[in-house]
Amino acid sequence: MPERLEVRKTYKLYLGGKFPRSESGRTYEVTDSRGRFVANAAWASRKDARDAVVAARGAFAGWSGATAYNRGQVLYRVAEVMEGRAAQFADEVAAGEGLSATKARAAVDAAIDRWVWYAGWTDKLASVLGGTNPVAGPYFDFSLPEPTGVVAVLAPQRSSLLGLVSVVAPVLATGCTAVVVSSKERPLPAITLGEVLATSDVPGGVVNLLTGDAAEIGPWLAEHADVDGIDLAGSGTTAMELERSAAGTLKRVLRTTAEEPDWTADPGLSRMTPFLETKTVWHPIGL
Amino acid sequence: MLSVVSGMMTGVTPTGSTALDPAAPGAVAAPGAPRTLDAYADVTRSDAAFRAFLHGLPGVDQVGAEARAAQLGTRSIKTTAKAWAIDTAISMVDLTTLEGADTPGKVRALAAKARRPDATDPGCPPVAAVCVYGDLAGVATEALAGSGIHTAAVATAFPSGRASRAVKLADVRDAVANGADEIDMVIDRGAFLAGRYLDVFEEVVAVKEACGSAHLKVILETGELRTYDAVRRASWLAMLAGGDFIKTSTGKVSPAATLPVCLVMLEAVRDFRAATGVQIGVKPAGGIKTTKDAVKHLVMINEVVGPDWLSPDWFRFGASSLLNDLLLQRQKLRTGHYSGPDHVSVD
Amino acid sequence: MSPFEYAPAPESRSIVDLQPSYGLFVDGEFTPGRGTPLTTVNPATEEVLSEIAVGTDADVDRAVRAARRAFTRVWGPMRPADRGKYLFRIARLLQERAREFAVLETLDNGKPITESRDVDVPLAAAHFFYHAGWADKLDHVGLGAAPRPHGVAGQVIPWNFPLMMLAWKVAPALAAGNTVVLKPAETTPLTALLFAEVCQQADLPPGVVNIVTGAGDTGRAVVEHPDVDKVAFTGSTEVGKQIARAVAGTSKVLTLELGGKAANIVFDDAPIDQAVEGIVRGIFFNQGHVCCAGSRLLVQESVHDEVIASLQRRIGTLRVGDPLDKNTDVGAINSAEQLARIRELVGIGEAEGAHPWQPAGELPDRGFWFKPTVFTDVSPAHRIARDEVFGPVLSVLTFRTPDEAVAKANNSTYGLSAGIWSEKGSRILSIANQLRAGVVWANTFNQFDPTSPFGGYKQSGYGREGGRLGLRAYLKES
Repeated sequence: MPERLEVRKTYKLYLGGKFPRSESGRTYEVTDSRGRFVANAAWASRKDARDAVVAARGAFAGWSGATAYNRGQVLYRVAEVMEGRAAQFADEVAAGEGLSATKARAAVDAAIDRWVWYAGWTDKLASVLGGTNPVAGPYFDFSLPEPTGVVAVLAPQRSSLLGLVSVVAPVLATGCTAVVVSSKERPLPAITLGEVLATSDVPGGVVNLLTGDAAEIGPWLAEHADVDGIDLAGSGTTAMELERSAAGTLKRVLRTTAEEPDWTADPGLSRMTPFLETKTVWHPIGL
Repeated sequence: MLSVVSGMMTGVTPTGSTALDPAAPGAVAAPGAPRTLDAYADVTRSDAAFRAFLHGLPGVDQVGAEARAAQLGTRSIKTTAKAWAIDTAISMVDLTTLEGADTPGKVRALAAKARRPDATDPGCPPVAAVCVYGDLAGVATEALAGSGIHTAAVATAFPSGRASRAVKLADVRDAVANGADEIDMVIDRGAFLAGRYLDVFEEVVAVKEACGSAHLKVILETGELRTYDAVRRASWLAMLAGGDFIKTSTGKVSPAATLPVCLVMLEAVRDFRAATGVQIGVKPAGGIKTTKDAVKHLVMINEVVGPDWLSPDWFRFGASSLLNDLLLQRQKLRTGHYSGPDHVSVD
Repeated sequence: MSPFEYAPAPESRSIVDLQPSYGLFVDGEFTPGRGTPLTTVNPATEEVLSEIAVGTDADVDRAVRAARRAFTRVWGPMRPADRGKYLFRIARLLQERAREFAVLETLDNGKPITESRDVDVPLAAAHFFYHAGWADKLDHVGLGAAPRPHGVAGQVIPWNFPLMMLAWKVAPALAAGNTVVLKPAETTPLTALLFAEVCQQADLPPGVVNIVTGAGDTGRAVVEHPDVDKVAFTGSTEVGKQIARAVAGTSKVLTLELGGKAANIVFDDAPIDQAVEGIVRGIFFNQGHVCCAGSRLLVQESVHDEVIASLQRRIGTLRVGDPLDKNTDVGAINSAEQLARIRELVGIGEAEGAHPWQPAGELPDRGFWFKPTVFTDVSPAHRIARDEVFGPVLSVLTFRTPDEAVAKANNSTYGLSAGIWSEKGSRILSIANQLRAGVVWANTFNQFDPTSPFGGYKQSGYGREGGRLGLRAYLKES
């Protein structure tokens, strides 16, 4: 019997809850760590980034306005769906990062666990970062954290799933919506995550996944006046230039390090607080 | 075009400060407001309508009102301004004795002091009125004859107001018959707090009628109303019912007059005049003991309702010990040294 | 005319010992600056108050080195409880010398003495008291055990609340264990220099606090100095952006407290008299030189005429004149430059078709003055509805529904503060939720407290000052 001919995949972007091609029509070949063809991916353009920002802005009111409990439930559901796709993620991580099956599976497990960890944060943040302020006057005064808005996330280039989850999940946990630019060379876990998100309960536009080159799209996002924050994790050598650009609209900037951090380490609140505002409300106490 | 935007500023050297527009307080009528009380006839047609009206008045935020009163209390009134304020305050005093032990002798002594508060200084103005129980109004009127000083009598089962309407009205008529030309009535706080606004209103209307030509001051007893919202509503009730003055307190309940209560009542008379064209007087009573307190009230009048109320025709202090403190301060300003209690008469 | 004319009630300025010239405060001593000195004037009279040294790059470098030395050798290793005690000492000294600070602030800034006396100076002392107590409790700020200070903090502050802004910056920095190089505003350096004396009086170790006076170049030198670890700036959004750009790519930690164009929203069920007070406090407090000023009044159409009439009546009672007079409500504009900017924007507002109103009355003929001004019929597209005037100029817009109020309030590149006036609790909470602003005052305005985090959304900056969250900006996890 002849061997079955493989159905090759051409992936699209995940944008506003849909899977469009790049507006530019561009695609690029994704290869595994040994240079073998794996799939065609959409090569997102600045206009795709622009559309993604529109989608993320549109989704912000609903996502940030949902109860923290609801956001936690939705995010936990994502972890459940990821668990079902664990084998696929593991194959993609192994191929893209050149890891053994065991190590790839460990990375997938860590990524799912990380997602669960952030799912549990949604309804704790206000207690941990907010509270009442004992002001010296007849006023009830409280502070609470609120999501900053639309966050551009330049995902790590090396850690294609654990790194990706480690930068996307915190943004969602805060109530922000995200425009994510995946690892350029290792985009498959991001593409699969898009499929996971589309088949879970995350509203369209809350996460928008662009495959392509962060060095090309990043500057547009850093300068975009309707983007409130930017995570520079995968920005590489462009980090300083992007931070300077982001200053033009006073974006909240999460800086990156020269070397990718150890994504297995406990992140604490460090990837959430940069994208949280604090709102303080005063009201008189009287009869 | 704004003259100051492009041109030179004309003006004075910055010594002291001046109100930008001294005519501003109290000067504004609500746009399109009716200039008569008739427009309000409808609001008292039923308990429900009256309640809807009174509860439709803007609320008073306690903290904000108290902060505003405290802020006005920080004005620094010195030298010539202080001298003017003291004399004005003296002329606004309703010199009061409301004790079970009151006698004709006590009232006559008070009347003598009312005519000439400072025996050492004929330049000292007389007070506005002497305020007594109704049975002694005749004694007061006789002792004050020819002075222009009014006789005020408390009535309507003062201070509690707990008597039948017939008794209250008889109390008023008796005081007027005794010569009182000002009647200080108390509202039925029980009825007010129970929401029977129309009962309270009708009683004030009836008392006003019983007063004849005597001026009616309506005591709200704000210390029992507890909230500034209630003070504002009671003020409007009393004004709509025909009261000539609204008065804070009997002096028998604590807290009596406070600056924020007076502020809320001044805002009420200001708004009432803007809405109807009718000016109503205000009388804080009880608890105002010092010149400093009195001056704070005058500042409040000046800045909240304006100079139209800076006269005994429109503002009174219900007080007894206040007068002596005003006199001591007056002597200090006149002589340049501090005075002492033996230099003013005991009441 | 009122028969009740308030006689002048000036606070005596004899308590202030003004020197003809001041040096920089570096390493515990006053030393000359290498730049060409500036003069600082009383904006109410244009009288020259004193000559002020100007710090050059070399002076700033000397100050940063002093701060680094103090951080490494003294302040860093010091027992936290002792750091706290120094701050308590400073707080007490500020209280003891409160009148002196208040008079000096009013002379240099032009703000009414009642405000410097009742707001600026007490709040400055309160900030030191509050943060003094934190110094030995840093394990509880939420950064894990034994959080560490950044090192040397470079701080640049504005001229609108000179001493208070100093306190907001210096107190948390020192409590967390940092040392400080502070650049006061060019037009209002005097209380910072008096504060330097207080540091000496408190025996604060040399180099812990360094005060380098000067203008923009001096500030830039502080921000850009490579040995500064933490930068804190309060001022204009424009300069804030420059600073954010300057620290890009460095390891410097940055907090920015910038401009604002706060909406003060008055619903038809508001406590109107208190709302009018809140509007007045919101925009005329400190001559409107307040980043969180309620400069956009959003009033529900059904009560617009009533609110505006009451507001105009109230504005007529404001007392303008000698800032040292205890009855002055509105003082002088801080500088000729600021006055020119206010005039320019007001001129633009007129040209755009909004209707200006000012009360009757006269202004002093010397000094920098501007009358309280209310623009009605302002459209959201007008410059005076969008640009920060930083002066006593109110723009009035209207709305019909809560949704419209929120949409208009949030229609700004700024997001520092907002006001809500309504007697309905659930409405207040709903609107407060929807406003994109860092501080929301409901049925009050312009309240401040050291325990209460303050700072903006969007282009009003980032980071908070006050409270546990404010302190965190001066610490990192160990």
